[in-house]
Amino acid sequence: MKIRQIAIFMENKPGHIMGICRILADAGISITTLSLADTQQYGILRLIVNQWEKAAETLEKAGYVVNITEVLAVEVEDKPGGLLQVLEIIRSGDINVEYMYAFTFRHGEKAVMVFRFNDPDKAIELLAKSRVKVLDGVALFKEMH
Amino acid sequence: MKENASDKVFNPASATDYVPLPQLRGLQLERLKRAVAGAYRNQRCGLFKKRMDESGVKPEDVQSLDDIRRLPFSVKTDLRDTYPYGMFAVPQREVVRLQASSGTTGKPIVVGYTKNDIAVWSDAMLRSMSAAGLSSEDVIQVSYGYGLFTGGLGAHYGGETLGATVIPTSGGNTERQIMVMQDFGVTAICCTPSYFIHISEKAAEMGIDLKALALRAGVFGAEPWSEAMRHRIQEDTGIKAYDIYGLTEIIGPGVAMECAEQSGLHVFEDYFYPEVIDPGTLEPLPDGEEGELVLTTLAKEAIPMIRYRTRDITAIMPERCACGRSVRRIRRIGRRSDDMMIIRGVNVYPSQIEAAVLKIKGLLPHYEIILTREGGLDHMEIKVEVTPALFDDRIRAVESLQQQIAHAVFSTVGIHAKVTLAESKSIARSEGKAKRIIDRRGI
Repeated sequence: MKIRQIAIFMENKPGHIMGICRILADAGISITTLSLADTQQYGILRLIVNQWEKAAETLEKAGYVVNITEVLAVEVEDKPGGLLQVLEIIRSGDINVEYMYAFTFRHGEKAVMVFRFNDPDKAIELLAKSRVKVLDGVALFKEMH
Repeated sequence: MKENASDKVFNPASATDYVPLPQLRGLQLERLKRAVAGAYRNQRCGLFKKRMDESGVKPEDVQSLDDIRRLPFSVKTDLRDTYPYGMFAVPQREVVRLQASSGTTGKPIVVGYTKNDIAVWSDAMLRSMSAAGLSSEDVIQVSYGYGLFTGGLGAHYGGETLGATVIPTSGGNTERQIMVMQDFGVTAICCTPSYFIHISEKAAEMGIDLKALALRAGVFGAEPWSEAMRHRIQEDTGIKAYDIYGLTEIIGPGVAMECAEQSGLHVFEDYFYPEVIDPGTLEPLPDGEEGELVLTTLAKEAIPMIRYRTRDITAIMPERCACGRSVRRIRRIGRRSDDMMIIRGVNVYPSQIEAAVLKIKGLLPHYEIILTREGGLDHMEIKVEVTPALFDDRIRAVESLQQQIAHAVFSTVGIHAKVTLAESKSIARSEGKAKRIIDRRGI
């Protein structure tokens, strides 16, 4: 149920994201979605890609500090209150959202969001009980390509 | 840690390290008299004679080792002021080698050696290597720079005199260093500790496990390094890391060296007579008390150096070492007063920052200290590389790592530092002495 996210540490320097994109492009890796968290000093680039193992290895070889985390891709009703519904379920289990961002595509009538929870297993359980769909990584990428 | 088989083997060539104290003191006095008389009579610039005459002291006044306190000091600027040959005390035809130390500003300082001086130096290095458990069975890779810097040739001659197989790789070309280490069955390496860290990182990148190689000892010097760094090297590479001390002005590496006890460095005091003085009052301090190390060369001909102020902070250890050597030890030098930074009036040494950084498991000893002044106030920024082990995808966690480092620094030196995280390998690796301080405060 979980999908792997690649996080990369970046100093704030011009052309940096470009360099990372070039490495991934040269390795034939496709970026599905991403989010950039930035501070005054540095940024953390979080990526969901089609081949995370290859991406991580290529980036490490190029000298980047990489971290692999498990995140959830959750279907959200694409209408007012859709996200609220998911967050209420999460809240009921006392689970924290570390951060979240959206996928660029829709899954049928629904939007898909990436969540980093402090307790992903419990989140999966609760969401399943409320019939909120958590997408499987393999299925997700198969659908896309 | 790997077995250091020859730790307990006595090398006859290092017998002087064990002579009974009365005999040693007698030898020192006899040599001191000769050194003082030689410097007084023969020093080309006459600086020593002038200072002696000014203070009304004659070479004949040296009748006991304690009389050394009556002699004038010499300092680093003496060598600069009399550049290049002023401090020499022999005719040029007797000088067989010149070495020089890179000056941070302007001209270097130049030192010379007679044939006997080279023999003294080689012997001191032989005894150093012997203290590190090395013998003629060993294959020693010398990765100190060869050239004007004393490290390379000093270790080279010492290793050859010991009868070991010496490989003069010099510094640089790290991949080739590792190939040599692996293929030639290297058992010991001589280099700066920061360069060895670089070698071990590179080896890991190349998929080579240093623990699996024959390498078992490192003779590391030419820059101050912390006990924390020693533990890290020993744990990560399985070798025993020894601290060697020396300085160009006195001879080069081989003035003092750790033995298997790794508890202080034995000074080869039949050649280099140590004193520790209070840098404020310039009065000698009793053994055990911390102050500035002052060295007098007892057997050097080309440049006899009387009471040279090293700027290094240490103490002479009064107890006899468990290894049995009678020559006294000095405590490891973590602080060179030249390296001292004064930040908001507080004395801070790079080795303290290093120890603080290494308190955090997973961090590497690659750091830079950047000093700036804003609004009349000193600011210290410490730049440390992020490592995969410590990097987290959450800002919160990365910030907490920064705070953890800042806290470790604060609890060590009492100054709030701004901690900046840098990308992996972004801090320059040194192949010689690491440059860690960037002072942008102006004068």
